[in-house]
Amino acid sequence: MNFDLTEEHELLRSTVREFAESRVAPVAAELDRESRFPYELVAEMAGLGLMGIPIAEEHGGAGADTVAYAIAIEELTRIDSSVAITVAAHTSLGTMPILLFGNDEQKRDWLPQLAAGQRLAAFGLTEPGAGSDAGATRTTASLRDGQWVVDGSKIFITNAGTDISACVTITAKTGDDEISNVIVPNGTPGYTISQPMHKLGWRASDTRELSFEGAAVPEGNLLGPRGAGFRQFMEILDGGRISVAAMGVGLAQGAYDLAVAHARERRQFGQPIAKFQAVQFQLADMATEIEAGRALVYRAAWLKDRGRPFALAAAQAKLYTGELSNRAVNAALQIHGGYGFMEESPIARFYRDQKVLEIGEGTNEVQRMVIARHLGL
Amino acid sequence: MKIAVCVKQVPEGTSLKLDPGTKRLDRSGEGALNHFDANAVEEALRLKESAGDAEVVVVSVGPAGAADALRKALAMGADRALLVSDDAVAGSDLVATSRVLAAALEREGADLVLFGQQASDSDGAVLWAAVADRLRRPLVSQAAELSVADGSLRAKRQTEFGYDVIQAALPAIVAVSDAINEPRYPSLKGIMGAKKKPQETLTLGDLGVDVGQVGEAGSKTEVYEFSLPPSRGDSRKIEDDGKAAEQIVEFLAEKRLV
Repeated sequence: MNFDLTEEHELLRSTVREFAESRVAPVAAELDRESRFPYELVAEMAGLGLMGIPIAEEHGGAGADTVAYAIAIEELTRIDSSVAITVAAHTSLGTMPILLFGNDEQKRDWLPQLAAGQRLAAFGLTEPGAGSDAGATRTTASLRDGQWVVDGSKIFITNAGTDISACVTITAKTGDDEISNVIVPNGTPGYTISQPMHKLGWRASDTRELSFEGAAVPEGNLLGPRGAGFRQFMEILDGGRISVAAMGVGLAQGAYDLAVAHARERRQFGQPIAKFQAVQFQLADMATEIEAGRALVYRAAWLKDRGRPFALAAAQAKLYTGELSNRAVNAALQIHGGYGFMEESPIARFYRDQKVLEIGEGTNEVQRMVIARHLGL
Repeated sequence: MKIAVCVKQVPEGTSLKLDPGTKRLDRSGEGALNHFDANAVEEALRLKESAGDAEVVVVSVGPAGAADALRKALAMGADRALLVSDDAVAGSDLVATSRVLAAALEREGADLVLFGQQASDSDGAVLWAAVADRLRRPLVSQAAELSVADGSLRAKRQTEFGYDVIQAALPAIVAVSDAINEPRYPSLKGIMGAKKKPQETLTLGDLGVDVGQVGEAGSKTEVYEFSLPPSRGDSRKIEDDGKAAEQIVEFLAEKRLV
């Protein structure tokens, strides 16, 4: 058994940490306040190879493993969730469907620009009336004259509406009880994208409602075999959970670091509040849970890298880190006292950014359903 | 053209600890590439990119763990790494260290040797001078701009009163200022590829340096005692609530300093 990360993983961690601290941290509050998409940071991250971490070099990615990807997402989230989710959604949800299920032509058409981070991709599963319950999908795609004609709507879609968004892969009904994935390029007539949605957190990330009215795309935009959509997106979500779980660890670590810094600085009753056992115990609990969460995330990533079943481990990691990050921001803000309630404090942003980690890519309740199913219950 | 860049692994973080037993810096924790040296690596890479056909070799003297600092330089884009690691070197002062480093550089025979302006742990800022003296090479320090053409270098040297523009024939040694550039981050591709680049570790024996000339035996510096500077009881801390600048000016005026 070996708990050591490789030299590459360690160097990647220190590089992303340095990048996040010196490039992301100074602008994170402003981007959040203005709900402004971080184009400059995306371009810089593209230059470093962070927009296609687990994508093979032959497709223009960095060819690193899932553990490396989890580490990078964790380190970005430690500083800012909006930037992290932009990378995570682009990679796990936007690029992965084409990498995993695309044919050679689709891969050649889309992957190089996506893996290089020149363009962004989105994944459209959730609808106003359907999410994890994909059977309730209303959006349809019908084959007419060699084209898939898409009608319907999607909601809460990340990265669909930026200036550099290239396409969205959507789930659509292609027949009775038949769901397929179809690639819809941005700019397709009949495909309209709403204004950015107003969110409690992740404010600098791009989240949109999409509507399709007779949006026609070539027949060749079908991803994989017809009717494979359900199996495909289940697989996408399994992998995506690892990155959201990595965000949970990173967010908790960031909250912990902020709380420790504040507790050492803030003096009450003649000493730094970090000297009070009531504060120490909260920090001790946080540090312990973060280590547990990190171990779950890295193990899930490690299993995936070895081609072993990882869906249970990923759901467990996602569930645990989602709830742990909730406890961590709550305690960290409490330690900040009144300062934490002010929007000038980074911890206030962390507090707002946390909640969605218990919702996105399957709520805590859905994770428990997935886990229970894997346990044979 | 061959460019050698001398780099050092320093303890990570901002708080340095001294070991009361050995009276040396505690290097047991995590280490990192001295950030001043990152400027030298960056400058070497830029020179290589403009010259086209240069080789950049990073050189370090230190414990086995210093390979991490070298690996970061490789990930940034350096071609090759050379580490001189020998237990006998521990405890060397900078004069003794310069002996080891000069021997390693002599072996490399680089056209240009770059240093960072100082190491963030010891802050000596003289090792490059000692090495230049041993190698009898021209030296430019605090270089804020550097270019190489036709067998000589041209550097803008930062001073308190402006810039000296200095030309020197190669081979030469330059200690770059931290204002010379903004070091690049290693790309993920660079990180993944660093391991495959040549990395050599040498002992004192390989370099023909006598063990008695390094370490404590070869060092003239002797540390008698060390202690923290006394805390400044009369300091005043001003939190910036938008009026910090005004308050600082008031304070300085009060002390008749402005």
